[in-house]
Amino acid sequence: MTSAVSLRSVTVGYHEQVALRDVSLEIGRGEFCGIIGPNGAGKSTLLAVINGLTRTRSGTVNVLGEFATRANFGRLRRRIGYVAQQERVDPRAPISCLDAVLIGRCGRAGLLRRLASADRGRALAMMELTRTSHLSDRPVGRLSGGEARKIALARALVQEPELLLLDEPTSNLDPRAVREFDELVADAYRRFCLTVVMVTHLLDHLPQIAGRIVMVRNGRVTHSCDRAALNDERLVAQLFTDAAP
Amino acid sequence: MPLPELAILWRPFAAAVLGGLVCGIVGVWVVMMNIPFVGVAMSHAAFAGAVTGLLLGVSPLLTAAVFCLAASLLIGPVAEHADIEPSVSLGIIFSLVLGFAFLAIGLMRGPRAGALNLIWGNILLVSARDLALMAGAAAAVLLFLGLFYKELQAVLYNREIARAVGIPERALFFAMLVLCGLSVTANLGTIGGLLIFSLIVNPPSAAYQLTYRLKTMYLLSALFGILSCLVGLLVSWLTDAPAGAVIIITSSAIFGLAMLFSPKRRPADGVRG
Repeated sequence: MTSAVSLRSVTVGYHEQVALRDVSLEIGRGEFCGIIGPNGAGKSTLLAVINGLTRTRSGTVNVLGEFATRANFGRLRRRIGYVAQQERVDPRAPISCLDAVLIGRCGRAGLLRRLASADRGRALAMMELTRTSHLSDRPVGRLSGGEARKIALARALVQEPELLLLDEPTSNLDPRAVREFDELVADAYRRFCLTVVMVTHLLDHLPQIAGRIVMVRNGRVTHSCDRAALNDERLVAQLFTDAAP
Repeated sequence: MPLPELAILWRPFAAAVLGGLVCGIVGVWVVMMNIPFVGVAMSHAAFAGAVTGLLLGVSPLLTAAVFCLAASLLIGPVAEHADIEPSVSLGIIFSLVLGFAFLAIGLMRGPRAGALNLIWGNILLVSARDLALMAGAAAAVLLFLGLFYKELQAVLYNREIARAVGIPERALFFAMLVLCGLSVTANLGTIGGLLIFSLIVNPPSAAYQLTYRLKTMYLLSALFGILSCLVGLLVSWLTDAPAGAVIIITSSAIFGLAMLFSPKRRPADGVRG
């Protein structure tokens, strides 16, 4: 299996604080990888490294077959769908849900090019897939938590990504909304043959289809195994206890 | 009104339309990105530059443009390198340019009327060169908006998301700041360095109250900007009141009315928490 993501000895720090320490990680193409760990473990930083949204102090990052540099990350990101942890949007913001989804086409369309009707068609199709067609004219700031995550997923999918990154997309959602979102992600994973990396602090929030689990704690990858092999409940419990370094 | 008087008014009328239009458009960027202080920092940078120009005996407009450009190029990088909010870096730039302005005024010898004119501006005394500069600024802003409309919408929505989908949001953000500085410089002589801040913030804030569509917000903001300038011009012409002050009071009144009748103050149908 070829690698979709390959990190070698990556260290990331913000001021004096080290968020990731000497992390190495391989994620194969077509894998659905869940990253779990307690708050502040470095999970979101790991996604930010893969998406080039943060600077590394050391180490190398290879994404979708290319060594990622500041120069080529802009181009690489067009092939990466990203659902952020939470998008703060003013409820009065003058942007409709359809406009917010269409933002996902901007990178692929390129500068100085107008979005074509095919782009709009693709956006509407992804809204249908994520069961948000009825929201197309609704202001994007006036959504419930679950609706907002689905719109963010539609925007990521409209990019036609090869790699989909999800940063705690189910946090603060009720169990029904979590289940519904997981179903949508699993459907998109199968339908578009994606590589998915999903961060969460709850193992239950990962769709069953997530075949591989990576555990992160105190900025380090502590375990990486098949979900099927994750039958030792103590391992998960241990991850969330004594989280201090 | 006699025909000769109307002929005299065409230049201020054109300045009112161009000034209101350009401030209305760049104001949408300022309000949507929640950096209203950018108008204050830019207008004071332009003022400091112009006063420095008067002090050195060079064109105040040229030095105003240089200061504005420098401020716009500093705001973004200072925010990024110091890892602080853009509004904080704006505050730092603002205090810096204010220091320059007071220094230049303090060092000036003789009457300081030239410097004070730049604070208040005078739309009735707009020159052909001022008008050409305003037209150039308006053309640059409209061209930029037309060419990068979809990317700008993404940046105004969320800079991180814009970056994540592969848009060069940093370059676009800096370009918006530069164009904001250019617009302030171009309107320095007509609206005035002190008052232009209100014309950048009030019309888009009023438009923001009235629509959920970005295109409509641009249109309304430009319309409110032009209306404020025309009312200011007319009242000034008829009563000898200072045009800049009337422009600002008018734009504030438009904002008050928009807020009063805003459909956004009522909960929307079918909207959940």
